[in-house]
Amino acid sequence: MATVASDRLFGKSIKRREDPRFITGRGQYVDDLKLPGMTYAAFVRSPHAHAKIRKIDTAAAARHPGVVAIYTGKDMAGVNSLPCGWDLRKEKNIPGVMQDLAIVPHMPLTSDAARHVGDPVAIVIADSHEAAVDAAEKVQVDWEPLPSVTITEKAAGAGAPKLHDGAPGNVAFKWEIGDRAATDAAFNSAPVKVKKRIVNQRLVANAMEPRACVARYDDATGELTLWVTSQNPHVHRLLMCAFVLGIPEHKVRVIAPDVGGGFGSKIFLYNEEVVCSWASRKLKRPVRWTSSRSEAYLTDAHGRDHVTDAELALSNDGKMLGLRVKTTANLGAYLSTFAPAVPTFLYGTLLNGVYAIPAIHCEVTGVFSNTTAVDAYRGAGRPEACYVLERIVEAGARAAKMDVGELRKKNFIPKFSGAFQTQVAVVYDSGDYGAAWDRMLQMLDYKKFRAEQEAARKQGRLLGIGFSAYIEACSIAPSKLVGALGAGAGLYESGKVRVHPTGGVTVYTGSHSHGQGHETTFAQIVADKLGIPIEQVEIVHGDTGSIPFGMGTYGSRSASVGGTAILMSLNKVIEKGKKIAAHLLEASPSDIDFTGGQFQVKGAPSKAVPFGAVSLTAYVPHKYPEGLEPGLEETSFYDPSNFCFPFGAHACVVEVERETGKVRILRYLAVDDVGNVINPMIVDGMVHGGIAQGVGQALCEGAVYDGQSGQLLTGTMMDYALPKADMLPMYETDRTVTPTPVNPMGIKGAGETGTIASPPAVMNAVVDALAPLGVDHIEEMPLSAERVWKIIQGAKSAR
Amino acid sequence: MKLPVKMTINGQSYSHEVEPRLLLVHYIREVVGLTGTHVGCDTSQCGACTILMNGQAVKCCTVFAVQADGANITTIEGLAKDGELHPIQQGFWEKHGLQCGFCTPGMILSAYQMLERYPKPSEELIRHQLEGNLCRCTGYHNIVKAIEWAAEHMPAKK
Repeated sequence: MATVASDRLFGKSIKRREDPRFITGRGQYVDDLKLPGMTYAAFVRSPHAHAKIRKIDTAAAARHPGVVAIYTGKDMAGVNSLPCGWDLRKEKNIPGVMQDLAIVPHMPLTSDAARHVGDPVAIVIADSHEAAVDAAEKVQVDWEPLPSVTITEKAAGAGAPKLHDGAPGNVAFKWEIGDRAATDAAFNSAPVKVKKRIVNQRLVANAMEPRACVARYDDATGELTLWVTSQNPHVHRLLMCAFVLGIPEHKVRVIAPDVGGGFGSKIFLYNEEVVCSWASRKLKRPVRWTSSRSEAYLTDAHGRDHVTDAELALSNDGKMLGLRVKTTANLGAYLSTFAPAVPTFLYGTLLNGVYAIPAIHCEVTGVFSNTTAVDAYRGAGRPEACYVLERIVEAGARAAKMDVGELRKKNFIPKFSGAFQTQVAVVYDSGDYGAAWDRMLQMLDYKKFRAEQEAARKQGRLLGIGFSAYIEACSIAPSKLVGALGAGAGLYESGKVRVHPTGGVTVYTGSHSHGQGHETTFAQIVADKLGIPIEQVEIVHGDTGSIPFGMGTYGSRSASVGGTAILMSLNKVIEKGKKIAAHLLEASPSDIDFTGGQFQVKGAPSKAVPFGAVSLTAYVPHKYPEGLEPGLEETSFYDPSNFCFPFGAHACVVEVERETGKVRILRYLAVDDVGNVINPMIVDGMVHGGIAQGVGQALCEGAVYDGQSGQLLTGTMMDYALPKADMLPMYETDRTVTPTPVNPMGIKGAGETGTIASPPAVMNAVVDALAPLGVDHIEEMPLSAERVWKIIQGAKSAR
Repeated sequence: MKLPVKMTINGQSYSHEVEPRLLLVHYIREVVGLTGTHVGCDTSQCGACTILMNGQAVKCCTVFAVQADGANITTIEGLAKDGELHPIQQGFWEKHGLQCGFCTPGMILSAYQMLERYPKPSEELIRHQLEGNLCRCTGYHNIVKAIEWAAEHMPAKK
């Protein structure tokens, strides 16, 4: 008899099953792969932000020892533009479109002009990495430098240099959501109004593993295998085959092995993997490329980069009456894979936050500039929405002369389950915003803090607290809905369960784990459902050769969408198992229960067969129901009926050093409600990491371009400041649990909460700390010591 | 021109002829074939390539292979002995000190030297000592916990 797992694993912090290979150095990342006959690629990139290409001379480079081939864009005839997968156009009936999306070409190797520093113009392939890099330096490009524009507010301004013929004035699109007339009316009659400029600076994802790919074309079989740092290998395959290279999908296998973090940056189809795949087919040899970190800063899709004017209208007693938001979103030089969705449907739809705001209007202009393309970065649109709202809410509280906490409590949407219709299209699934808030205040001891702050201020110390009550949209997404909004893809997920004859189970999931721990959490679901030990469960992800078409991991969708697809297949396995068991037990399938790994006759527990006996019978069908197919393997695709909306309340306590401007985080508290939780340890870990990234945005990170030359000034890890261990505290975390009614496990999603909630909490805390100096708003992040020191000096001189 | 190098890595002796400009990390990864040591940057910031060289935690992206001639090196692959995880490895597993796993080898070897120098480090000291290693997943919380766990479980020095 098969052993039976005694306890339910759902909800338990079991140790991760993937860790042994990582802690012993035996993870298998793309750059670890070595193949016979391997060649190595280096890209020749534009040193200019904007320049015409007059001529490319590859002769000297081609003579360099070890060089196998050099290709430029002109060699790639018949290869198409990298596609943009989100179409904001009126003719497609996409809601909110005020000006159609300008769909501009994004060639894998540009041959007319370079539009940002790092734009690739040629690939050099050699027998060794060293030879490729050396030879790339010998490629002579005759550039005609052009004026450039990198600054968001100037990109669509008068006199800005034009990037694309198809985008007059560098405007990519104009879009709106909400009720303009109702919002204007609310502002016209409101007694308290506040307006602030709020900048959400450009960030770089900085997954610790740089992007990499190995493309191997086998001319004996006509098959191309691409190993690539991808969060969604099927999406990579589809976009590359169908849109760019025009090669048959069934002859291409995309493998995303161990991937060292993604944070959004590894969702997209990039130039390099397309060019390496194309070149491998041409050369009939494997081609490997690994991004250096400096290349990563220039070419990985960047995140955020919004400049916003936000206005909040309030009653005298602090009731929110209206919210008006006007945002310019910098999309960079080209449209990355999902770029138009991020500052529109992933942003404007979240501006209702956790508050009952009766009137909202948001208008967004997407602009092109001579910068790296911007796309989804952890949170993608939702952090920008939360940031605007949570900053303007605290500014509103100051304008209404109310406590920032009191004002929020007064406006929370009351507890509900099932549906709350927002003013910005989306319908929330379930929420108890006050409960998370109250729990956070309890952990904080708010009254005590304010007393301490009062005492500290008397001593001249600058102590502050900032809050953030956030909402986000996860479990992305109902296919029909996103299709109606412009998505070129469905956003379901696949899950295949293969039961082996001896009762072990291999699960093939379209989700991809690059740190999320699916090999553990998904196995917890399987072991529980089938009543088998977790050791009998294997989770396979990241290989289009074995996994049904799947959409991958982003938008905190893996557990809620991918997990549900697996659960559906498990249910099918059990249903079929009941038929087999009924036959073995000489009962009717409707009389069979499945519990604790046993199929048993209802009311007669002694008449039972274990799961393993049923799986064996499925493959050795001697005593078997008439008409039932042998085998025990089921596939499901789950398409969610709605987004899920996690929420929570974060607080940050800071002290600002008056003399230096240095901000020190004394406490960071996070109460998150992500619905039901499979593995609390893993969820806590994701919350921690998310908070750190958000604190990084608030205090040190930022991609900065030189306004004159268009050079990226933060092009290495020496210049782009990532948060380090010594600037972060131990996080104080807790959860409330409001299961979602959207999916059967009640899971909302947890991957992005920390990044969404934390930047406004930190910023609000510093504003509060500096309040005694007369500071009531800070427009820009990050709050480097230098910036804070200047604010302190400015406040002093203003007095 | 190539130069001969000879070194011991994880108790095994290696000798090759290498270009003088070859970095030690590329020697370890590409020539010797031990891919647990990672490259996360090109400016010696991230620490993913941290190894032990003659007992010192070293970022081997900043050392030429020829400079390591004669050295005794331990990489992440050499830390577990006879199938037994080192307490630091165990600590990272117990305390969920890793997510994507890419920075982990460097973190563990950095922690190795830290605990040799400071067997009972405070939280503050751990955070300060980790200044040369970047992690983008964990927010460091559980890495600190992992090192604290390891400190408690390290065998007493003879």
